[in-house]
Amino acid sequence: MQTVGRTRTHFLIRAWTTFVVLAIYLPIACGALAGLSKGRYFAFPVKVFSTEWWGKTWDSFEIQVLVQNSVLIALIVTVLSVLFAFFGALAFARYPWKGRRAFQRLLLLPIFFPQPVLGLALLLWFNALGISPSWKTAVVAHLVWIVPVVTLVIAIQVFSFDPVLEEAASDLGASRLFTLRTVTLPILWPGIWSGALFAFLLSWGNFPLSLYTAGADSTIPKWLYSKMVAGYTPMVPALGTMSTLTAAALLLGGGLIRVLLRRRADLRAREG
Amino acid sequence: MADASLSAPGPKLSPGLRASLPVLLLLIAGFLAPLLTVAAYAFATPKSFEVFRSFTLENLSAIFDPNNTVWTSFVWSLALAFACVAILLVICYPIAFGLNKVFGKWSGLVSVLFVFPLFVSENVRLYGWVLFFIKNGVLDGALKWFGFSGGPELLYTPGITLFGMVYVYLPFMLFPMTLGIAMIPKDLVDAASDLGAGRLMIWREIELPLAMPGILIGALLTFVLAAGAVAEAKILGGQSVITITQDIEVAFTYAQNWPMGSALALILVLIVSGLALSAMARLDLDKILGKR
Repeated sequence: MQTVGRTRTHFLIRAWTTFVVLAIYLPIACGALAGLSKGRYFAFPVKVFSTEWWGKTWDSFEIQVLVQNSVLIALIVTVLSVLFAFFGALAFARYPWKGRRAFQRLLLLPIFFPQPVLGLALLLWFNALGISPSWKTAVVAHLVWIVPVVTLVIAIQVFSFDPVLEEAASDLGASRLFTLRTVTLPILWPGIWSGALFAFLLSWGNFPLSLYTAGADSTIPKWLYSKMVAGYTPMVPALGTMSTLTAAALLLGGGLIRVLLRRRADLRAREG
Repeated sequence: MADASLSAPGPKLSPGLRASLPVLLLLIAGFLAPLLTVAAYAFATPKSFEVFRSFTLENLSAIFDPNNTVWTSFVWSLALAFACVAILLVICYPIAFGLNKVFGKWSGLVSVLFVFPLFVSENVRLYGWVLFFIKNGVLDGALKWFGFSGGPELLYTPGITLFGMVYVYLPFMLFPMTLGIAMIPKDLVDAASDLGAGRLMIWREIELPLAMPGILIGALLTFVLAAGAVAEAKILGGQSVITITQDIEVAFTYAQNWPMGSALALILVLIVSGLALSAMARLDLDKILGKR
């Protein structure tokens, strides 16, 4: 009796989840369709498919600059946020220290904060400091929001870390640097790797912070928005799809490298 | 590690404080200082840039003036955020339960499917919905193709704004909720079941209270983010609803009234961070994130 009820509940849960996943990807598919249809205007069903707008988007000098800006910002944000977050995660989860609760709360606040308001607040602050907004100030803005996220991602890994391992290494005479390299880092590596991937992708897709803090320098999401409000051009869905595919490829590649790293670690552990 | 790199002579700091320093400095210079700047501007003379040189309550009294209609934006934003949370609780609970108890080895893949949209710029995804709902778009075109007279006019209404918020903030509800449900020990549920508790009773007396911290974080996160949302109302809602973030933006850009914009932002920040801090004070983060 109970098993029958459970099977039916499980079926309903699977069906509901499938439905929600399909709904999540529906607009992304609509964008892909619009970017791949021929002609200036989008109408469904699509009569003729063509890659003309992909070609035009790809060849546009304006867009090449956007891609450069987005990649540059995301790369710098990735490296810096992992460095910040590595130490942040240790303070968050590893050491029992007096200010830890307060630190945890302060760290979560930027995540629990409306990004458009954060962007405007940073704009005022940069203005008060006499710094004119550019891609560099956008990097700072991205860091304020992304470092806490990455810190949480790495902190989850630190929580599963047994400090006894570090103590054992130092009891056996290992220097602090040697312990860091041979014990701490290998254990935290999966968390650091996920954190870096998150940092890059979140910076790549960020719109509200870039809008206010990048000044005259544009990024892909910022440009898409400015074209969106100006009237329809198929370059918007074409570039949107290209940006989405880039993110998907990175996530897939990142996942693959993680699997390979884990397999190599398992192999090494088995060989002793 | 942190001890080695920073063991310079000087006053001795605890290892935790030393490790926290880089992030602490970033958040002081990049988060707290900007918020103080907003507060300073909120008390400056309207339509001026004389920050720190003048102090006036004019901006705040203008907002609370009954003749000013800005309160409708606050009401809209908070009401939409509230509705968004309520809808997401219902949508996400079965999925979060499934991720823990039903999908088994597929959970990882399903999680990635829900994480991925976070990395696609939200305006791109919202624009996809515009292409879906617009005249001659995917819905309208498909219905006509099947011989119907065309799709309903859904775009540019408050309802579609709410729909957009539910869509964009879904992962922010789902993942904390999933962490929360992961905190329910299986033994406890089994024990209750052996003692003869019914499914509904187990859910109400055991599962729900134990999963509550995660659910609360999800609800809080989505409420705060939805209260600060702007793109949904602009792109999908066609400004049929003016959100508070929209008013703030207009004050900063077209109106060139930074002090007024700051005063509005300050009120929103007070509401939002008051909620966030009071909820966080009740939560044990170590337990939720460390599953200990």
